[in-house]
Amino acid sequence: MAMDISEVEEFARKCRVEIVKMVHRAQAGHPGGSLSEIDLISALYATRLRVKPENPDWNDRDRFILSKGHASPGMYAVLAEMGFISHADLESYRVLGGVCQGHVDMKWCPGVDFSAGSLGMGLSFGMGCAVAAKLENSERRIFVMLGDGEIQEGSIWEAAMAARHHELGNLKVILDRNRIQNDDFCEAQMRMFDIPAKWKSFGWSVKEIDGHDMAEIMNGLDFLERTNDGPSILIAHTIKGAGISYMENNPSFHGAAPNDEQFHQAMIELGEVEA
Amino acid sequence: MTRMAATRDGYGQALLEIADNPKVVVLEADLGKSTKSLHFRKEYPERTVSCGIGEQNMLLVGAGLASSGFIPFASTFAIFTERAFEQMRNGVARPNLAVHLCGSHGGTHTGTDGSSAQSIEDLAIYRTLPNVVVMHPCDDVSTKQLTKQLPELGKPSYMRTARNKTPVMYDGREDEIKIGKGMILRDGADAAIIACGVMVSESMKAAESLEKQGISVSVVDMHTLKPLDTDLVKSLVDKCGAIITAEDHSIIGGLGGAVAEYLSSNCPAPLERVGVNDRFGESGQPDEMLNLLGISSHHIENAVKKAQSRK
Repeated sequence: MAMDISEVEEFARKCRVEIVKMVHRAQAGHPGGSLSEIDLISALYATRLRVKPENPDWNDRDRFILSKGHASPGMYAVLAEMGFISHADLESYRVLGGVCQGHVDMKWCPGVDFSAGSLGMGLSFGMGCAVAAKLENSERRIFVMLGDGEIQEGSIWEAAMAARHHELGNLKVILDRNRIQNDDFCEAQMRMFDIPAKWKSFGWSVKEIDGHDMAEIMNGLDFLERTNDGPSILIAHTIKGAGISYMENNPSFHGAAPNDEQFHQAMIELGEVEA
Repeated sequence: MTRMAATRDGYGQALLEIADNPKVVVLEADLGKSTKSLHFRKEYPERTVSCGIGEQNMLLVGAGLASSGFIPFASTFAIFTERAFEQMRNGVARPNLAVHLCGSHGGTHTGTDGSSAQSIEDLAIYRTLPNVVVMHPCDDVSTKQLTKQLPELGKPSYMRTARNKTPVMYDGREDEIKIGKGMILRDGADAAIIACGVMVSESMKAAESLEKQGISVSVVDMHTLKPLDTDLVKSLVDKCGAIITAEDHSIIGGLGGAVAEYLSSNCPAPLERVGVNDRFGESGQPDEMLNLLGISSHHIENAVKKAQSRK
């Protein structure tokens, strides 16, 4: 899909609208992390991923693993924009029997490659997919989205060490560094100090970008695509709740839905309705 | 003279025999020499993935491989699989990905390493997971046969093997061994012992001793705990009227638990459970452990008499 930067930005804006609608409708869910990741996922799907929405199980598709699976509204919005699911399907978010389960689930939703929900698992799963691709001599790439709080899980570092040991150049991680986790700011919950240095010391190629600047995101995705001699990670500095003023950098909106008044304001801020 | 062998050797041999299937891959967590996946690693290094001492990662690497069409066989000590229980639950069982997990050195029979190595709860915890088949074979022959059937299973499994050698029960009966089907090893009408793993041979010993005392018991190798062969359990109740379970595992939630669940809802009958009675083991030789924990053949004999008296 050949989209220019302004088109990807519009793609992401439409996804932001759907994220807020989903969470408002369900009166539950995780808007903050969905809004921080959405520019990154939009750019990845709209300009890089080799996938076929009409054939979601195509064997040689690139994989996208949303390890921070609570930020599912972001992924569902992108899958709807891409045509994996319909916009009507988005109304099933957190509804009994719906394809849009609370956390993304490969058994429920077309286009989802991993059943998420428990943090710290997606990188290991992605490593398995990367080993499989190598065994099959497939050109497919494995992209994994991690949250920053998530890398407090010890198993992330088991996977980080193993991925370099096995020289998995087809394994490409995007870290959504939004600085807020469930209870509070990351800095208060668990200081992580120099995150790029940690990944470098595990032998990964590392690049940092502004995760809301579409030109920087494109450069960052270029970096991931051209780094094939070992695993690579793009550390994207983002703002939790990005795009909705009262959610931005506000730990309260990690896992809380806007009320009707807040919803209306969000639609104004996203240009969906006039003030 | 009865041939003696360890179930873990049956596992290692089976991996070599299914290696013709190019989708079979082996995952290790630095214990391949012990679980016996090392034979596969030696022959097929390109299809063996070392995960270092990292069981949580290993289980999910397996899940990723399975989602891509491979058939992963991951092994470590039974006790260390438990560290990755949530990975097995959320990453393997929930999406029903056919990862085959083998926990070797299970039970108190593993001996002198002591209680930290003696998994006595593995069968119980894996039995709670939807989609997961749970097995604990008693000899190398059945372990090999069951492992060779796993590539066709299409769902995840957990198999406990043992470190130490035990009497071989099945030389010449290989073709009868099927996942989910218990095996009648001895026929008797006064009571039925349903056993798994190393306790199968202890149960046979008990049955022989009881025979001399005029008590005739059936002995069943229930190598598959889930799905439980309930048809067989029902037929044993109908025929014998009293059931004894025997396992080198906690009496809570394992084979005894599975049989109790079935009996209480379907065909209540006197049941005595021989197993580790809600305690941990310690360092000791395998036979010393069985005696210390009350799960040796003479404990089974006593349980048979008690169950029979309750008829």
